[in-house]
Amino acid sequence: MSLAISAIDYINGIKNNTITAEEFVSKTLEHIKKHEPRLHAFISINESAVDQARQIDKKIKSGQKVGAFYGMPISVKDNICVKGGKTTCASKMLENYISPYDATVVTRLKDQDAIIIGKTNLDEFAMGVATEFSAFGPSKNPWNIDYVPGGSSGGSAVSVAALESVLSLGSDTGGSVRNPGSFCSIVGFKPTYGLISRYGLVSYANSIEQIGPMGRRVEDVALLLNNISGKDQHDPTTIHNEEQDYLSGIDTGISGKKIGIIKEMSSGAGLDSTVESVFKNAVSAFEKLGANVQEISLDMIQYTVATYYVLTTAEAGSNLSRYDNLRYGYDLDSEGYEFRQYISKARHKFGAEVTRRMILGGFVPSAGFAGKYLLKALKVKSKLKKQIQLAFSKFDFLISPTVPVLPFKFGEKRDDPLAMYLADINTVTANLTGIPAVSVPYEVRHGLPVGIQIHANILQEKKLLQVAYALQGTTKLPEVPL
Amino acid sequence: MIGLEIHCQLTKLESKLFCTCKADYRSFEPNTNICPVCMGMPGTLPRLNKKAVEKATMIAMALNCKTPERLGFFRKNYFYPDLPKNFQITQLTMYGPTSIGEQGKVSIEGKEIRIRRIQIEEDPGRLIYEGASERTAITLVDYNRAGTPLVEIVTEPDFDSPRQVRIFLNVLSDLLQNLGVSDPTLEGAMRADANVSIEGGNRVEVKNIGSFHDLEKAIHFELTRQQSLKERGIEIAQETRHWDDKRKITISSRSKEEDEDYRYILEGDIPWIIMDEKSVSSWRQKMPESISSKKDRYITKYGIPPQVADVLSSDKYYSDLFEQAHNEKNAKEIANFITTDLMGLVDTREKREQAKITPKHLMDLAEKISSGQVTRSSAKNALSEIVKTGKSVSDIISSIGLAKISDESEIDKIIDEVISQENTAVQQAKENPQTINYLVGKVMQKTKGKADPTITLNLFKKKIGL
Repeated sequence: MSLAISAIDYINGIKNNTITAEEFVSKTLEHIKKHEPRLHAFISINESAVDQARQIDKKIKSGQKVGAFYGMPISVKDNICVKGGKTTCASKMLENYISPYDATVVTRLKDQDAIIIGKTNLDEFAMGVATEFSAFGPSKNPWNIDYVPGGSSGGSAVSVAALESVLSLGSDTGGSVRNPGSFCSIVGFKPTYGLISRYGLVSYANSIEQIGPMGRRVEDVALLLNNISGKDQHDPTTIHNEEQDYLSGIDTGISGKKIGIIKEMSSGAGLDSTVESVFKNAVSAFEKLGANVQEISLDMIQYTVATYYVLTTAEAGSNLSRYDNLRYGYDLDSEGYEFRQYISKARHKFGAEVTRRMILGGFVPSAGFAGKYLLKALKVKSKLKKQIQLAFSKFDFLISPTVPVLPFKFGEKRDDPLAMYLADINTVTANLTGIPAVSVPYEVRHGLPVGIQIHANILQEKKLLQVAYALQGTTKLPEVPL
Repeated sequence: MIGLEIHCQLTKLESKLFCTCKADYRSFEPNTNICPVCMGMPGTLPRLNKKAVEKATMIAMALNCKTPERLGFFRKNYFYPDLPKNFQITQLTMYGPTSIGEQGKVSIEGKEIRIRRIQIEEDPGRLIYEGASERTAITLVDYNRAGTPLVEIVTEPDFDSPRQVRIFLNVLSDLLQNLGVSDPTLEGAMRADANVSIEGGNRVEVKNIGSFHDLEKAIHFELTRQQSLKERGIEIAQETRHWDDKRKITISSRSKEEDEDYRYILEGDIPWIIMDEKSVSSWRQKMPESISSKKDRYITKYGIPPQVADVLSSDKYYSDLFEQAHNEKNAKEIANFITTDLMGLVDTREKREQAKITPKHLMDLAEKISSGQVTRSSAKNALSEIVKTGKSVSDIISSIGLAKISDESEIDKIIDEVISQENTAVQQAKENPQTINYLVGKVMQKTKGKADPTITLNLFKKKIGL
């Protein structure tokens, strides 16, 4: 029994009695224990996973109704709440925080008999592109542990790439699912804003972020999306997707589809030559599949990173202000402090990147500066949306490399925030405009993975997964060196 | 010039503004009416109580405000221990009119008070100090109130005097009660801050005022203080002052609250709410009849005197009783009962809560009077018994013997008694017939109001030869 099977194969294996949930979950846990010291994908592991798997096996044997996941081990980013266990957001501020409730996505996974195998590592409060900013130490890229796995959902990407889980849930505020997907050679999917409930996702920039499914195969991601998407009464921003089946007809093909190459994301000085070359191969593959590929220039893209950092820091400043260590947090005696003094003392436990963004977040919406920063950013966002809508009147899909650079080494960009922020240039547009986007692993060159990003218009997930599936069929990826 | 910021709790709502905890937090042990949402636990999202939008719209319409095309919510960011998220979800005018109501007006005693804005927001928790707030050793926080629905009403600085403020607040309080959205008599259900300034001076905000009575005093104090500074040529600083209800003065608050920058941002977790014509007009239809229209109806339809109609219409407790008890015939009688006899019996919140009187009681009493079974004076006695026990009118009449005495021979005996005891008065009545009422009153006294007044009068006249 191999752990390197797809989610679809796992389900078939259970149905054909070739594997049991208990066997698979036990083997996964052994595998995790073996590789975690080297990879550090997880912050916490579900110690009762095997018992839960056994219960599900019992249900299967006795012919009871069993949920769609049949005991499949799925990992969850540690900024998504799972009841009764720690939800740390990789922050000292929440080191011992135990959530009193399940996130809606977690409820839906449990209802479908998935096993939450563990909580994965991330950049503190999901702020970063390398998982270097975790208060509990970075995750390592399984393709080469000297390299970052991407971020902020780095732990999720590593867990899936290194066979520590079949599927994972990450969160994507500016590329945090797609970027590590690209760096670790797995599929990372950012849905339309509102397609998946955010209830239980610890907010960073709530107006643009989404929970996103991650897997080794496009069809696995579609399966996961089928079971977690749609309206949720706990999240008023969710939209009704009419119980769309993203898996059926995923092999429809893309013959005759119009694909636009976003010029500002696919050329220029910032683009790594290896990434460019892999991207060209992908473009040829699209053409061979019968698509009509043309370049399109979207000049608003040049403002997106600046806009993204203004909007996200303003929201982060507000969202994270509740971590004052008064109602929960870490142990810090309040004796002898005035109220405000205590808060500033307590907040010293935030890491450098979170602190940086909260300071910015205090500034950009402040009186006298809001007009110059926050309100201007909102205007750019709305112009960008219009430009993207116009592009979708001409094209079915818009493509680019997921990240303009190859995975980098630890510490390489850590102290150069601007260089680090520019790694987001290709991914933030989907968040600012609310459209869905996916990173499809395409090649591993000189031992480093490169992913291709595809965007579709609002709520066109089904078509987006079809094109991602078609692209996946044109490449054969090597096995991860474990 | 005086302007007000009034916070009214929507106490009649079932649940809090963004979760399903109870809006009526007063009956709970501290920190037991809470959940992950109102405690702002990581990952939770607000779910707007649609009923709050409906009720707040009614308030806005009753205050003649404009209803916006869409509602938006914003975050007011500041740190305070009673605020679980360290921001308050509220409304303001940003991106055009997005607050529940704007540009309203109310008329009091011929003076128009303009309403600048009405907004929906969440109430913070409560801080409980040990002794005075400046010197407290321990501050306790109770989050039961956190997230309960509030409506803030901001007026333009249109008041000329503390008295006008008081009248306005009474009108507003009656209005809220009449709408069935709030019970302003509950502790903390209606709170006001005042902005006070005099000509040529800066604006001073007075906060922490516990009651309407103190508000009037605080404004009066502040006007006097500012006037005296002006006379001495001292500049009036723009500042926030707190009302000290022990010493009855305002004190400059050393905190730099007026410098606070709230860094307002849009609350992205609550999508824009489109105020479609259909919902708004259905809410308008659901609104109860206004106090002034009730008053007009009482006067024109039933011929109730304006002063009585005024009292009856402005108090929801009385007007509800009246509406349910009256018909074309008994309306005047019922109005009379309520405004002269019942009022003294239920003049506090506690008494009203305990009162066992129902509209049926009033109807039955009116019926007994018109059919001549009891006197009006006996009815009054019955009323206090009804309020206490809730027993039926006929039970009370028979159990405490309130049936009217119409038997002439019985009344005759009592008249004889009175004549033997009141020689001078009888003489007087013979000379001045109008004073006979005194003697009739004596008969009523002896019969505890049960003697038929008309029969008594006629008999008495006959007896003393008038």
